[in-house]
Amino acid sequence: MATRITELPDREFVLSGNRSCAGCGIGIGLRAITKALDGRMVMTVPASCLTVLGGMYPISSVSVPWVNMAFPATAAAASGLVAGLRAMGRAGEMTVLAMAGDGGTSDIGIQGLSGAAERNEDFIYVCYDNEAYMNTGTQRSGLTPAGARTTTTWSGKRENPKDMPRIMEAHGIPYVASTSAAFPADVYDKVRKARDIHGLRYIHMNTPCPSGWSFDPKDTVALGKMAVEAGLVVLYEVVDGVFKLTGRSAALARSGKPRVPVADYIETQGRFRGMTDDAVAAVQMWVDERWALYVARDAQGA
Amino acid sequence: MADQQMTVMTGNEAAATAAKLARVQVIAAYPITPQTSVVETLAAWVESGELPAEFVTVESEHSALSVCIAASTVGARVFTATSANGLAYMNEQVWWAAGARLPIVMGLANRAMAAPWNVLNDQQDSMSVRDAGWVQLYCRDNQEILDTFLQAFRIAERINVPVMVCYDGFLLSHTVMPVSVPDAAMADAFLPPRPAPLTVVDPDDPRNIGAVTLADPRADAEGTSCHGYMEIRALHHQALLSALDVIPQVDEEFAAVFGRAWGGLTWEYLLDDADVVLVAAGSLGTQLTVAAEALRAEGMKAGVLGIRSYRPFPVEALRAKLVGRKGALVFDKALSYGYEGPICSDLRAAMCGVNDAPLVFGAVCGLGGRDVSPEQLADAARRAVADVHAGASERPTDWINLHLEG
Repeated sequence: MATRITELPDREFVLSGNRSCAGCGIGIGLRAITKALDGRMVMTVPASCLTVLGGMYPISSVSVPWVNMAFPATAAAASGLVAGLRAMGRAGEMTVLAMAGDGGTSDIGIQGLSGAAERNEDFIYVCYDNEAYMNTGTQRSGLTPAGARTTTTWSGKRENPKDMPRIMEAHGIPYVASTSAAFPADVYDKVRKARDIHGLRYIHMNTPCPSGWSFDPKDTVALGKMAVEAGLVVLYEVVDGVFKLTGRSAALARSGKPRVPVADYIETQGRFRGMTDDAVAAVQMWVDERWALYVARDAQGA
Repeated sequence: MADQQMTVMTGNEAAATAAKLARVQVIAAYPITPQTSVVETLAAWVESGELPAEFVTVESEHSALSVCIAASTVGARVFTATSANGLAYMNEQVWWAAGARLPIVMGLANRAMAAPWNVLNDQQDSMSVRDAGWVQLYCRDNQEILDTFLQAFRIAERINVPVMVCYDGFLLSHTVMPVSVPDAAMADAFLPPRPAPLTVVDPDDPRNIGAVTLADPRADAEGTSCHGYMEIRALHHQALLSALDVIPQVDEEFAAVFGRAWGGLTWEYLLDDADVVLVAAGSLGTQLTVAAEALRAEGMKAGVLGIRSYRPFPVEALRAKLVGRKGALVFDKALSYGYEGPICSDLRAAMCGVNDAPLVFGAVCGLGGRDVSPEQLADAARRAVADVHAGASERPTDWINLHLEG
């Protein structure tokens, strides 16, 4: 049974007051993640927006153990935490959770992550995908969507993003999930499920970014939900190779109702300003093809 | 001694044996020539159960040191080894390990840096990270490799600074020599388990480790002022300087258990009455002892001063050994391109303004595995002395056995 947002545990591990931007989606997701693990965890975090959220010495905004790490090293550091805890006879004391952004995951961190996945290291890896290098001021990453203006794609990115969850799926790891910070209960349920699985568990969390995407900070959750309604972000999980749409995406597929047009979603954000109709149509086609694939996989259960 | 077994092994086997005797708990390493057999040997021991440790078969050197950093943060005794480009690839984490004050021990089978590709020995790799805040110890033979690794854990864990044990690729890593191997009880008597780490990883006592730290001191939630970045760096520097005391202490403690000592910061040969002192780090020092004997035979009062600890640089010890000598000739197997050999620069700086300091000349040799014979080393000393007699007080770096003419 899916957990309702009103049923999330009260205890907070993300303390009130942190250095993230107004409306940042990371904090919403991190609250759900830490609640799902009851705080019995150690995080490792590379250089990223999450580092900023975590606070500056000697003040921390999160009451779980947190090991800062160099940009490419998140998954290797998580492997080291796992090995270290095991070697010290402490493996059962806490879940090791790696959490990096889209650049830290799909670009500079992908080699170490691939190695850790191939070894099926025993940790949860969460990629919070805010779709560009936001901490350094919105440069394009391998997960920036086509059409998005960044400070390294001034006229809009030409290429579609990598499909990071599928890359991870190809490693044959026991659990892959796609979620969104706009659905904290979905994040909670997926991390909760991942907690009780051994091996490398990969969770991809779409994370709206008001400053990088250029929208009003009050709209973070609304936009995150809209991305799901449009099929740009699809909520699903792959457990031991079995694919299943989850939550709102599953309901959307079953309803047979039309998805929100990509153009409507693009309209809401300054980063897409200036996209031509053809470019929007190309993204719509890309989304439609992917959606059809997800629905087919859901029907097949594979 | 009954509890030490004389055997014949390569430098890499000596390194792996030391890691086993040190009861390392986590190993992460990636293969690179000439370090590879360290990794192979340890992997075999972990697989067979002979060494109860976690062996993480990472996909790169960057990840090797990252695994070590995280495992050491949790409190495990960790080990890795690499060479040349592998060290360069993990460079970011070399700095991280030191800045995080983790007692990691890394073996470095010294190898030339590419390009062009060259897998043979020089010391350019370790010299390129001399400023990263690690202790760097150089070994002259395989017994010293085994012994220095055991000492390295004790040094690292006493001052919370990582230690790089450097030994010449192929010349030592792949050359078999007699090595006295202590039994486990003897090694345990010298090297107790790692003390509790400075870092706390505990959900009931959550800490944010390695967080962004500002330039200036900053108050914590209770209002207590905590160090800024510069204070943290100053403390790191002080810890490294404290190794100038700790390294000789540990060498003495080692001698008390094993009956062998390695000189602490430096070692010497025929130095007592020497006028001309030949200086080097690593196995080149052993070759210099042969050169010094040849020079003595022809009447030159030559001696050898070997550098065991390059970082921290043993300024006082070197001054004490060199003041009053006529000249010192430093042989570097590395170069600061556009200047001179790194040990030469450091020694010159250490002697600058010191009364009765010797003249210090530099020579570069053995780059990319270029063979260097004791006779060539002796020749270099003869040239230096001749230059001084001809009135030279300084001169360009002498490149030994160089054939630019083709």
